[in-house]
Amino acid sequence: MMRKEIRFRLNGEEMVCDVEAHWTLLYFLREIMGLTGTKEGCGYGECGACTVIIDNEAINACLYPIMEVEGKDVTTIEGLVSQNGELHPIQKAFIEEGAVQCGFCTPGMIMSAKALLDENKDPTEEEIKEAIAGNLCRCTGYVKIIDAIKTMGGGR
Amino acid sequence: MNGDVLSLVGKNIPKKDAPLKVTGQAQYIQDIKLPGMLWGKILYSRYPHGRILNIDTKRAERLPGVKAVLTGSTIPDIKIGFMKDNPPLKKGKVCSMRDEVAAVAATSPEVAQEAIELIDVEYEELPGVFDPVEAMKEGAPLIHEELKSNVLKLPWKLICGDVDRAKAESAYIVEDTYKTQWVTHCCLGTSGCIASFDVNNNLTMYSNTQIPSLAQRDYIDALNAFGLKNKRVRVVQSVIGGGFGSKLDTYPYEYIAILLALKTRRPVKILFTREEEFFATSPRQCTLTKISQGCDREGRLTFREMEMILDNGAYTSWGATTPSVMMMPISSLYKVPNVRYTAKCVYTNNNYSQAMRGYGNPQATFAIESSMDQLAEAAGMDPYEFRMKNANEPGEVTPQRFKITSCGMKECIEAVAEKLNWKEKRGRHNGRGVGMASLIHVGGGARVYKSDGCGTIIKIDDYGKVDVFTGSTDIGQGSDTVIAQIVAEVLGISIEDVNVINNDTDVCPWDVGVHASRTTFVAGNSALYAAEKIKAEILTIVSHMLGEDVAFLDIKNGVVYSKRDKEKSMPLGKALRSIHYATGGKMLMAECFYDPANENFDREFKGNLSVSYAYGAHGVEVEVDRKTGKVKILNYVAAHDVGRAINPMLLEGQIFGGGVMGLGYALGEEMVYINGVLKNGNFLDYKIPTAKDVPPIETIIVETVDKDGPFGAKGIGEPGLVPTAPAISNAIYDAVGVRIKDLPITPEKILKALKEKGAEKLDEA
Repeated sequence: MMRKEIRFRLNGEEMVCDVEAHWTLLYFLREIMGLTGTKEGCGYGECGACTVIIDNEAINACLYPIMEVEGKDVTTIEGLVSQNGELHPIQKAFIEEGAVQCGFCTPGMIMSAKALLDENKDPTEEEIKEAIAGNLCRCTGYVKIIDAIKTMGGGR
Repeated sequence: MNGDVLSLVGKNIPKKDAPLKVTGQAQYIQDIKLPGMLWGKILYSRYPHGRILNIDTKRAERLPGVKAVLTGSTIPDIKIGFMKDNPPLKKGKVCSMRDEVAAVAATSPEVAQEAIELIDVEYEELPGVFDPVEAMKEGAPLIHEELKSNVLKLPWKLICGDVDRAKAESAYIVEDTYKTQWVTHCCLGTSGCIASFDVNNNLTMYSNTQIPSLAQRDYIDALNAFGLKNKRVRVVQSVIGGGFGSKLDTYPYEYIAILLALKTRRPVKILFTREEEFFATSPRQCTLTKISQGCDREGRLTFREMEMILDNGAYTSWGATTPSVMMMPISSLYKVPNVRYTAKCVYTNNNYSQAMRGYGNPQATFAIESSMDQLAEAAGMDPYEFRMKNANEPGEVTPQRFKITSCGMKECIEAVAEKLNWKEKRGRHNGRGVGMASLIHVGGGARVYKSDGCGTIIKIDDYGKVDVFTGSTDIGQGSDTVIAQIVAEVLGISIEDVNVINNDTDVCPWDVGVHASRTTFVAGNSALYAAEKIKAEILTIVSHMLGEDVAFLDIKNGVVYSKRDKEKSMPLGKALRSIHYATGGKMLMAECFYDPANENFDREFKGNLSVSYAYGAHGVEVEVDRKTGKVKILNYVAAHDVGRAINPMLLEGQIFGGGVMGLGYALGEEMVYINGVLKNGNFLDYKIPTAKDVPPIETIIVETVDKDGPFGAKGIGEPGLVPTAPAISNAIYDAVGVRIKDLPITPEKILKALKEKGAEKLDEA
């Protein structure tokens, strides 16, 4: 199959690579790049486990055609940890507030939370619920996830 | 020890594996690949009931990349499951849409999928039966002809006291029928495994099972049946993306992966799609329950009688044994002297059922606690007062011979009433209402298997760093952390110095599995006693080194010290090195296999199932829109007697998680099967709660410090969802005067009930 060249940024790194047009971004991340932190929970955009940030927006990578990332900025869960291994404050908040149980939804949940917080430094509870409404979690009942995101805001 | 100040028990310690999970480094079965690995894929039945006339696999076999194709007639004859009624690949007949008919192994998932589509199966469709009541009738199609009946030969029957006499003597009696629906676990991580044989035909199974030791046994039995005698089986658990009871058994797909690996001599991975996760894993069954209860003039319960029919589906897993756990609330939720219960599990052409969080308790408690409100009304009593009057108390022996030790049921009910402002808010009938329901659950293990034990091995290195090998499994609930807290507390070291290994049968001792809310209690006690053993050994040796009586020695902050002489102390690491490097030195290790002193039921299903029992009560305030039938939860209170909260943060996580799962069960979730075909097997049409569905929830932790629990703790894994549905149903009744008796409580059902009630009123007028 013919491969096509695309250019984009992945976790801060300039990428130039030849891809197959039918790949999804999720396939590219997990199977080609070995970035398995982004999870597949359903494969049809309903569970949010594959959420990544593309140009400041939380997106389901399972439905996103790889060709569409041309010229864009993609951040995955692996991109949140700093060069020296320091966790992102949202990751720390999820740990400290008990927002993690089985953890399968966690990377996607954190990416949705980050997209929200990047845009809105001090979201209300309703805004938080809205932002993660597309991220399903079966373990936590969401309460401590919402609490963790709240601690990131100004009105903690 | 409990008298001393605790440094780690009772603290909100973050979950040990959370850093791996928040960074995406945790390896789930989805993330694991082995060199040379092939992908397995399963072809399922086209009909819910039919004869397999012919299977043509030629085209699939010729597809490049296909390494093996299996059908029921090309594999050894084995049957799996609780009743051994389920062949991994079906031969001759299919009995449900989920039936596994053929399987392939190929070099990629895409080729495997293509190959599946190239398999031609000729069927003769047979008439099916999809309702257990229909399936019990004379002349109904038989699922397993050789059994001559669709009713399983399981004698679920509990009789305590004299129900007939109690009925005759009761002042008030209520009687009704309740129904619950099919629901499914919806683990975010789908099912999967990798089977891999070494050159000597020893099997390594990468799995996300909840029962590593029992699964190991199942696989060994299967290998024996395949002619591979005396082989080793190692079960390695990946990080598990949710359990909730779905992984309590071994399933056809696991045996199919093993058979494909054996045939191809390469590792084979089977990973479910979300679609398969919905229709090809075993859900919580639907039930039909007739209940009657009575009380005397003062409102004391006199009897409880229940008859239940459960849809077993086409084959048998642990779902068929849930009546044994249903007996617990039926006999022992509130003081009820006379009890009669029978249950029938019935084969149908539906998917076969499994236990799900609560193990039958949610279905039974929905009927009991709805009926409790009905009986209170009949007796002219407030449901809260009625519950308090009948509540269980410490020291009681229930009709099923449960010995109630710690019991905070009344405290829970009182707390709920207070937080809901019950007295003021009850009985307004203005569209807003309050309701409550209580629960009992096993809190100190449950002897449903021959052993209820769990093993622990502890080793400690030259620097006081500890490895704990436990049989127990972490499915996200936090046993990795709770066990570390217990060990660190006993040994007087920091939580960071304790490493918990819980995922490999080659090194971890036996455990019956993560079920029955037993892990904190059973695995916790096992870890506690192993830690105490190793501590005693350390202190005995150090007492010689320091010249101090061992009775005065303890360890704190990694230092062995005398409680009466400050001069006498030694860093733990130094002591351990001295022990290690002495002539004839040794490295310290300790083990404990803890099997609680609970009892298997006798032939009458009586006996002390658990060493201790967990109690709780949930209360809810709802607002019902009479025009739309929509229910809004205004306030939710969940009070639980947990013995002691070893980690309140993780414990609350169980209550919140259970409560919200219970909300889904009460108000929305339902697998819609039409003639055996699942019609809503995806997250669009089967709606589990989202963040937007979460109401304000308040948790109340009641600590009764159980005498047998580790530091007084009891189980909390399942209780959180047990009383949710009846609490909501009771609140709806208080708000608008209609009682919904079949779950889920949808707006349509409420509107219909309101309409019928309106019509009744007109009739009366």
